[in-house]
Amino acid sequence: MYEKEKGLIDAFIRGDLSRRGLLRGLAATGVSASAASALVNMAQSRALAADFDWKKHSGTGVKLLLNKHPYADAMIANIETFKAMTGIDVSYDVFPEDVYFDKVTAALASGSTEYDAFMTGAYMTWTYGPAGWTVDLNEYIMDPAKTAPGYNWDDVLPGLRASTAWNGVPGSALGTEDAKQWCIPWGYELNSLTYNRRMFDQAGVTPPENMEGLMEAAAKLGRDIPNAYGVGVRGSRSWATIHPGFLSAYANFGQKDLNVGADGKLSAAMNTAESKAFHAQWVKMIQDSGPRDWSTYTWYQVGTDLGAGASAMIYDADILGYFMNGGDNAEAGNLGFAAFTPNPAASAPTPNVWIWSLAMSTFSTKKDAAWYFMQWASGVEHGTFGATKMDFVNPVRKSVWSNEDFRNRLEASYPGYVAQHDASAPGATIYFTAQPLFFDLTTEWAATLQQMVAGQAPVDEGLDQLAASVDRQLKEAGLG
Amino acid sequence: MTAADPDLQSFAPRRRFRVGARWLPYLLSLPALLVCIGILIPFGTAVFYSLQRYRLSQPWARQMNWGENYLNFMSDPAFWNTLQVSLTYAGLTVSLELLLGLGIAMLLRESNRLNNAISVMLLLPLMTAPALAALMWKLMTNPNFGVLSYGARLIGLEEFKWASDPSTAMLTVVIVDIWVYTPFIMILLLAGLRSLPKQPFEAAALDGVPPLFVFWRITLPMLTPYILTATLFRLLESIQQFDIIYAMTQGGPGDTLTVFQVEAYLNFFQSTNVGRSAALLMILWAITYFLSSIFIKNWLRLRERARGDA
Repeated sequence: MYEKEKGLIDAFIRGDLSRRGLLRGLAATGVSASAASALVNMAQSRALAADFDWKKHSGTGVKLLLNKHPYADAMIANIETFKAMTGIDVSYDVFPEDVYFDKVTAALASGSTEYDAFMTGAYMTWTYGPAGWTVDLNEYIMDPAKTAPGYNWDDVLPGLRASTAWNGVPGSALGTEDAKQWCIPWGYELNSLTYNRRMFDQAGVTPPENMEGLMEAAAKLGRDIPNAYGVGVRGSRSWATIHPGFLSAYANFGQKDLNVGADGKLSAAMNTAESKAFHAQWVKMIQDSGPRDWSTYTWYQVGTDLGAGASAMIYDADILGYFMNGGDNAEAGNLGFAAFTPNPAASAPTPNVWIWSLAMSTFSTKKDAAWYFMQWASGVEHGTFGATKMDFVNPVRKSVWSNEDFRNRLEASYPGYVAQHDASAPGATIYFTAQPLFFDLTTEWAATLQQMVAGQAPVDEGLDQLAASVDRQLKEAGLG
Repeated sequence: MTAADPDLQSFAPRRRFRVGARWLPYLLSLPALLVCIGILIPFGTAVFYSLQRYRLSQPWARQMNWGENYLNFMSDPAFWNTLQVSLTYAGLTVSLELLLGLGIAMLLRESNRLNNAISVMLLLPLMTAPALAALMWKLMTNPNFGVLSYGARLIGLEEFKWASDPSTAMLTVVIVDIWVYTPFIMILLLAGLRSLPKQPFEAAALDGVPPLFVFWRITLPMLTPYILTATLFRLLESIQQFDIIYAMTQGGPGDTLTVFQVEAYLNFFQSTNVGRSAALLMILWAITYFLSSIFIKNWLRLRERARGDA
């Protein structure tokens, strides 16, 4: 490499030069943009390797269990960088989401040594952690002999660090001092509105600002736009129906899933008067403006309907809207994004978050090498690569969010995305109570919601029955 | 006596043969024994788990609770709903498939090229994996682009929601089950019909006996062992239904379709409640065992009657 180019890249690595400045400087020396990117990646790897013995586990191999997801795709696209830097071989199995978590449960419950690290969600670690299936990663993060100085754990958004750490005491807050770090945040999604700008313009509707507004806008769009319904939300008989838009709005009205007593005992909190009022609104919104077969809707149907122009907006993961605004979707380029505060009395959105994370199997026989992979995959360099070159959104690091290239790319192709993220992020966290019956209770909650929407159970009665059943299950499990 | 003694050497192979003959029965039954052990070990493990308070997410709370899981079912409305849904589903699918299968078999009874070709074509749904069939039907019943939803709208059923409405969800999955499994009953009964002796039918024809009388008094009694066999197979499979229901509705809407297998699957893989999941499966096993005992007893009684033993 010529000295001038080398000097520019080194200045960029040190943080003395912006990325734009670097590319401009390199262009002046006759280096093309793609060659410049490759040079920067190489230089970053070199810098990363300079102050840490990345070759310590050279010759080892680690095996990963991955969900088919753009995050995994971005990692696979960049994996040669890791292999070259560490000499660690990486193999992986990729499964579709329908069966992915069954595979993880089976692998961990059987004590299999096949996988060293795997993708997971934070909620799952409330089972995996106490069961002794995953490693507390604090012991790695805090160990300078095992973690590179440039890893900068504090760069990871604090809400996400806290959301993936739990002390294992049912009902206890996430991210407390004594919490164990069951997984490392990798990429995350928060829940907001993604809307079809073409349809909104056609119907003369602006993005709604509260729950009433959402219901009215959805109803009008359903009436005015042919062959489209007003608002897409999930509805299948699964915990996944509760955690996105529904819980985000529920939390915005100050409601909780469970009460934690002074004695640490848990009890149902979803049958308060305020909760019933919110449920009634939500149910009416689906009945008036939701998809006709709502009770079968997973994230997939919610997303594809928006992309195909079958729905006017969704109240779901922001990244779902992101992916529907590209590719060969019929409505690609027509989608806009807006933060959403359902409660008129609330000052800001309270999106519940889903965090795709990396966890280490307790049964791994190559834990140190697996940690090398995990810190690289969740590090600044790979995060930047994924966010700027692939579809690795939303990144979990502050430094990646402040990356100009990334922000400009989002601003140009995804109008309103950065603004909705910046407005939503401060209130974005997990609003569920951490406890081991999470999947039982949320699945039953979803089933009750289905009964309400179908008119099988009135909201009042349905929530009272749900609360009674939740209390009974908590007692049976020794938690209530 | 020495090893080189030719007389003794000539006996050696025969002695080995005698030892082999002594062990031969055990050796021959060894594979069956191994299979038996392979079945009994997981079965015994499941029984053991069903008597425990065993949740993977609370390993510290694991302990024997003996019959508590079963006793809890008695006061759990979700369990009674599961029992009712499972029996309703099995009853509806088996009876309707039996009626349809018998009707089709009667129509194809005559062996000719056309009937043989039709019977082969009718077997095609049976060659489709039930989960795939369920996904195919899920697409066909999609309210936005499904061909069946379009058909329903043409006949005035504007808001027919198929599997996504509690009032029609059971009907929808029963239709899918019928589509997949009726050919199985049809082919069994067709084989039975074609193997029946011709003389009673010829005699009835000579005497001018009405066809309905022939059906009720000759065909049906003679076909009963086949009907029982087909019913037994289908009942066992139907009460253990999982793939069609899970692929189409995950047990919903609400708890409309939470049959035993779906409930046990969700309890294990989603709730990691091993104890409850195993107890549910044990009850399913008991129901299946009870039903199959009745059918096999009746089947044996009929066979003995056919032989003239009873």
